[in-house]
This record gives sequence, structure tokens and C-alpha cells, in this order.
Amino acid sequence: MSNLLVFVEQREGCVSAVTKEVLSAGAALAKELGVEIHALVLGDKGIGSSSIELTDYGADQIFLAEHPELNVYLGENFASVIVSAIEAGNYRAVMFPATAMGKDLAPRVTAGLDTVMATDVTQVEVIEGGLEITRPIFGGKVLAKMKFTAFPAVISVRPNVFPPEKNSGAGHINKIEVSLPFTEGLSVEIIENLGRQNLDVSEAKSVVSGGRGMKDPDNWKLLEELRDALGPEAALGASRAVVDTGWRPHGEQVGQTGKTIAPKLYFAVGISGAVQHLAGMRTAQTIVAINKDADAPIFGVADYGIVGDAMEILPRLTEIISELNAGE
Amino acid sequence: MEIIVCIKRVPDTEARIRILEGSPEISLEGVKYVTSPYDEFALEAGIRLKEVHESTTVTVLTLGDDEAQENLRNALALGADQASLLRGSTTMDGLATAKVLANEIDEKKPDMVLLGVKAGDDDQQQVGPMVAALLGYKCATNVTNFKVQGSIVTCQRQIENGTEVIELAQPAVITVTKGEFEPRYPSLKGIMAAKKKPLIIKDVEVPESRLVLTGLEYPPERDGIHMVGEGLDGITELVQLLREEAKVL
Ligand SMILES: Cc1cc2nc3c(=O)[nH]c(=O)nc-3n(C[C@H](O)[C@H](O)[C@H](O)COP(=O)(O)OP(=O)(O)OC[C@H]3O[C@@H](n4cnc5c(N)ncnc54)[C@H](O)[C@@H]3O)c2cc1C
Ligand SMILES: Nc1ncnc2c1ncn2[C@@H]1O[C@H](COP(=O)(O)O)[C@@H](O)[C@H]1O
Repeated sequence: MSNLLVFVEQREGCVSAVTKEVLSAGAALAKELGVEIHALVLGDKGIGSSSIELTDYGADQIFLAEHPELNVYLGENFASVIVSAIEAGNYRAVMFPATAMGKDLAPRVTAGLDTVMATDVTQVEVIEGGLEITRPIFGGKVLAKMKFTAFPAVISVRPNVFPPEKNSGAGHINKIEVSLPFTEGLSVEIIENLGRQNLDVSEAKSVVSGGRGMKDPDNWKLLEELRDALGPEAALGASRAVVDTGWRPHGEQVGQTGKTIAPKLYFAVGISGAVQHLAGMRTAQTIVAINKDADAPIFGVADYGIVGDAMEILPRLTEIISELNAGE
Repeated sequence: MEIIVCIKRVPDTEARIRILEGSPEISLEGVKYVTSPYDEFALEAGIRLKEVHESTTVTVLTLGDDEAQENLRNALALGADQASLLRGSTTMDGLATAKVLANEIDEKKPDMVLLGVKAGDDDQQQVGPMVAALLGYKCATNVTNFKVQGSIVTCQRQIENGTEVIELAQPAVITVTKGEFEPRYPSLKGIMAAKKKPLIIKDVEVPESRLVLTGLEYPPERDGIHMVGEGLDGITELVQLLREEAKVL
């Protein structure tokens, strides 16, 4: 019987929101396959305390790899620990969150195991006892369904696609031996951390994006106010046009050469809707377009649209949403 | 310094992608091809290293068909010194591609390998870290800028919520994302010079893809757009729809 394994992404002892989504997706699959779901946590000594949460999201077995050197993420170290852990078990699939860390790590693990990998998966199904995945290709213009002919299959799961569901698992804790071979010649330091008040656009549930139609970087305060009205799980995004002119940092860019996101709610404000922009946000659940040009292509993919001047619409929209939230 | 830049020929981002009816195949007829946008950043990074570090050679490498010579010539026109076409088929199996590239890279034993963070067709984001793992080179992904001092490469790598600075010893594999390396345009002089630069073609055996395509579909159509009226009433209606119909507020 081969089980499923989920890599747990954590920073400073906090399990990332997307890990809960991956675990929930994995737990549902494991149930269907009649196998167990295992969670693998890497970190400094004492990291085990975050495992309680993992049990809440369905983990049957929790594997802890504790070592001071695993305190910061280094692809080389993490991959070597994970490859050994997978080789010691018997897994049909290994799942990672498709985050900066997951995308750095999963291909190294795949190469280490000489197996196969699918990135940014948006659906996993059990078909005739085997796994079949769906993932967007060509910037989301087409969805491809694929199966694997090598195992374990490595899958990275796109954030904000699978809902996190509470699902209690047995949560047996197993400590694994860590021997690190090759940190030499590698060090890492985070120089800029915007902190939690500025959620990354790829992790946000709601995104307020501005384009060239915002006219001036000073007008971003209108978008910030809307973001704040939407609550702590909202973030700002931007089109390439405004990143290229230096109005906004590249970290906020959504699209082909920016981030690919799948929030519940996406506001495109003063954004024309070029294909390269759509490549980054077309999988949003609900898209709202605000544009003064009724023929802007963004209206072709949006669910709701309003034609008008963003500078007039935004303050009112923010006001109505704030009132609504205050009334609850 | 010896640098290898891996580039891939892919359909233009504007291209219309059609599914061939009744088969899990894509029709790429009439589609315009380009060098994958991130690979242009990687190439630019390589050429800039030449400009600051004496006796640096940049080799561009691609796995693809004969048509990819066009992309290699273009890279030579931009300032690369030599090019290699590994003639073979590409698949979505990143490790199959990585093995072929790693084989070739291992023969050249470069100090640095630069790649795009992802190819503009399959978006797999795999090949760079896989090449590094296969060769035992150090690796940094999603890099917006880097500097080389001696044999140490200092990279700025983009993560959620910020930037990491990561130092690695050569030989190093770096996957480049949009950042400091805005690509240049070829000059007439560059285009003329490119004609005389070496472009080697080798036939290669690509391992069979272990990722099997079973179907293709278009993303689900949205129900069509609901335009709300202009003015304050429209905004009120919009909020109501977001709350009651879409249930996202
Ligand atoms: C290889 C490649 C990669 C690319 N990658 C990306 C990417 O990752 N992300 C990306 O976004 N783009 C990308 N682009 C660029 C893309 O093609 C567009 O140029 C870009 O998205 C346009 O940005 P915009 O919509 O902000 O600007 P514009 O196209 O100039 O649109 C501005 C919009 O604002 C509207 N407007 C003007 N005034 C107002 C007002 N007062 N109120 C309301 N609306 C108003 C206008 O009607 C217009 O629709 C890429 C292009 C290429 C070639
Ligand atoms: N066929 C190929 N030939 C040369 N380089 C490639 C090829 N496929 C991918 N690459 C490189 O690997 C990067 C990541 O590709 P991918 O993992 O397919 O998204 C690309 O940006 C290229 O730099």
C-alpha cells in the first residue's frame, strides 16, 4: 500500500496557509484511495509544536526532521532530507505547495528520486486507481490533463485553489534522523521582509490590482483603502505597465512575467486586460473590472464590470464595503 | 568565466492556442515563435557578465528542432559567443529535458548556468533546479539580480513577502526572473557578427516523457459579464452582487 506525503511549509514555526490547502486536498485523495496521508516537517529543534495543526487537517502520520541547520530554507539541505525520507517510505505521490519555496524544492527532490513532476496543479483525480492531474499551460489558455508513469509522482499544488478543510487525522509523530551533507558554499539571508501586514499577492484571498489607468502613483492610496476595507486577507497587485514605470514593485506584478494567482476575488482597476495579464489572473474565482473604456478586453473575462472613472468609483466602493463590514 | 545560458523556443505569448478536435493535441499552425521571455532575461544577465568580467565566454544552449537555430542566432547577435543546438524533441517532462541539458553542460564544465525561471509554454518551472541537482551544482531560483565576486555569486531571490539574499559558490545554476535584466535589442553590427560565430548542431536522444498527456480542454467559460450601471447605484448593485450572487464579500 503506498501512501501520500505532503511537505509542510512553515516559517518561524507557523504552518503556511497553502500547506493546509495541500493537506486538505491530500486527505481527500488518501480517503478515496484508502491510504494514509503523511506530513513531513523540517525545521529547527522544537518545530514539533506546529504539528497539532497538521492533525486538524487530516495528517495520519507526522514526520519531524529537526536540526538547527534547517532553521532557514536552503534548497540543497531540504532536498537531501526529503529525498531520504521519501526513500525510507513507500509513496505514490508527494505534494508540495506551489510557492517560491515549493517551486525551488520540488524539482530538486524529483531529480534526486529520478521521478516525474507536475507543477501548479489545480485538480487531482483518482481514475482507475491512478492519479490524474490537471494543470494550466500556455499561461492558462489551455488546461492539460496528465497521468504519471513513474512513482512517486511529485505534484506542486497551486495556492488558493483547494479549500482548506478540517479533517482530523491520527497524527502519530515520528522523528527522523537528519544528517546534512553540503551546506558549504551557501548561505542565505532575508534582506527585505514586508511582514504580515503586507500579504503577498499570491497568497491573498482578495486582490486589488491597478494599471496604467490609475494615472499616478499617488492614486494608489485609493486601492490601498479598498484593500483595507476587504480585510486582512487582501493584497495589492499591479499590471506590468505600472511596474515598468516604477510606480509599483515587481513583487506585485500579476501576469506572464509576474505572479500567477487564484484569489477568490480580483479587482482589475484601470487595467486593459492584455493576454499576458490574463495569464496571471484568469483562474480567479470572481473577477471585477473597473475601466472607463467599455470596449476594454478585460470586460471579456470579468464576471462583473463597471464603466467609469476609477478615481470616482473607488472611494464610493470602499465606503460601501466598509459600511457593510461595520454593520456586521 | 565560462557561462552557459539555456534558452527555449516557445510560441509567442500573444499566440492563439487551439486544441485539435478529438485529440489531446494542440494546433500550433501559423503560430509565431519567440525565445521564452524569462530566457531573454537570463541571456541578458550572461551578456552583462561578459561586460564586467574579463575573458568570459557565453554559450547558448537549446534542446529543440532545427527552427531553434533562429533563436540561437538571435542570441549570438545579442552578444553570446557560441551556440549549441541539441536536436531532439521536447516534452513536458522537465527531468527528461534536464538530463539532456545536464549531459551537455557536464562536458563543458562551466562556472555558471543561467536559465529562465520558467518556459513560456509549459510553465513547469523545473529544469533549472533539476539540472543543478543532477550535476551537484549550487542553485538559486527566481533571481532578480546577482553579482559575481571571485567564485562567489550573490543573488537576490524573490520570495513571498520579500527578497532573500543568497550566496553560492560556483559552479552555480541560477534561474532568472524579471528584475534587473531588461533585455537589449540586437545591433546591426551584432547581427552581422553573429553570422560568423560558431553554431554547433548535435542529435540527442531524449528520454521518454513520464508525464503522459491524457486530455486538453479550454478553461471553463465564465457565465458572461454582468455590467452594472454607472454612478452610485451601479456601485451599490455591484457590492450586492459580490455579496449575494458571487458570495465573495
Ligand atoms: C512577453 C510579455 C510579457 C508580459 N507580461 C506581463 C505581465 O506579467 N503582466 C502584465 O500586466 N502585463 C504584461 N505584459 C504587458 C501587456 O502586454 C500590457 O502591455 C500591460 O498589461 C498593460 O498594462 P495596463 O493594462 O495597466 O495598461 P494599458 O494597456 O495602458 O491600459 C490602461 C487601461 O486603463 C483604462 N483607464 C484609463 N483611465 C482610466 C480611468 N480614469 N479609470 C478607469 N480606467 C481607466 C484604459 O481604458 C485602459 O484600458 C507583457 C507583455 C509581453 C510582450
Ligand atoms: N528545451 C529546452 N532547451 C533549453 N533550455 C530549456 C529547455 N526547456 C527548458 N529550458 C530552460 O529551463 C527553464 C525552465 O523551463 P521549465 O522548467 O520547462 O519551465 C527555461 O526558462 C529555459 O531556460
